[in-house]
Amino acid sequence: METDGRVRCPKPKKIHSKRGTPPRADLLLRLHLESNPEALCLVRATVERATEVVHFSEDDSRAVVRSVDEALANVIRHAYKDRRGLPIEVTCRRLWDGRDAERPRGLEIVLVDSGMAVDPKKLKGRPLEEVRPGGLGIHFMKQSMDVVEFRRKKGKNFLRMVKYLAPSKPEEKQEGA
Amino acid sequence: MQISARQSAGGVIFDLTGDIDLAHSPAMRKVLLGEIKEKRTPKVFLNLQNVRYVDSSGIATLVEGLKASRDQGSRMILFGLSRSVREVMELSRLQKIFEIYDTEEQAVST
Repeated sequence: METDGRVRCPKPKKIHSKRGTPPRADLLLRLHLESNPEALCLVRATVERATEVVHFSEDDSRAVVRSVDEALANVIRHAYKDRRGLPIEVTCRRLWDGRDAERPRGLEIVLVDSGMAVDPKKLKGRPLEEVRPGGLGIHFMKQSMDVVEFRRKKGKNFLRMVKYLAPSKPEEKQEGA
Repeated sequence: MQISARQSAGGVIFDLTGDIDLAHSPAMRKVLLGEIKEKRTPKVFLNLQNVRYVDSSGIATLVEGLKASRDQGSRMILFGLSRSVREVMELSRLQKIFEIYDTEEQAVST
């Protein structure tokens, strides 16, 4: 599989909620991919680095990487029916805590594809009591992320996922004070 | 992902290296089901010590292999799971349906 070779790390553009207040989000990464399972390992590595920028724990970093990977696999398999060379955009934004300009609040990831509309019933996952192959990807995403939202707009699928940073432990705050 | 096979007492050990994801689980499926269904090997061991990542398609392949082995009256045994792989097993709540051992020594002695 091939990507179009563009891995963009744009200069962070901060989005301000109000003049003079801390930013709400800044763009960390925008990837333009083609539907190709071979590209998934590249995206996993890239998203892992993005989680390091936001200072996620190792466990939460794996959760984010797993969710993005499963979401992309779903786009390739279901929205694009395993056809290769079709466009997928992945955007990662760092979210900021409005009360603390120095503390990231989490990471927002948005996937956009032009494939078939997703059946909302399939987004619910399946009962885990059923021991059978398939249907686990959505479950992994919902278990791993704080927000998983889907919408269809102008012939495109938009999947938005958010993972918030776990609150600092009291002892960590004392050390930093 | 790389798959290599070696003989063991009563079966075959597959040493897997790399990531088991959408790109590579079809290859693993072919090897695994070939060993279980066609060769009817009584014990198939999967060494996951060098597997860094497993996605839902990899888990689905393992479930398929397990079901095939039960149909054949054979055994599929996993060992050497990394923290990442154990995590995915726990998320899918499938860790109890597989035979899982920490080490190769423990797995082959069963």
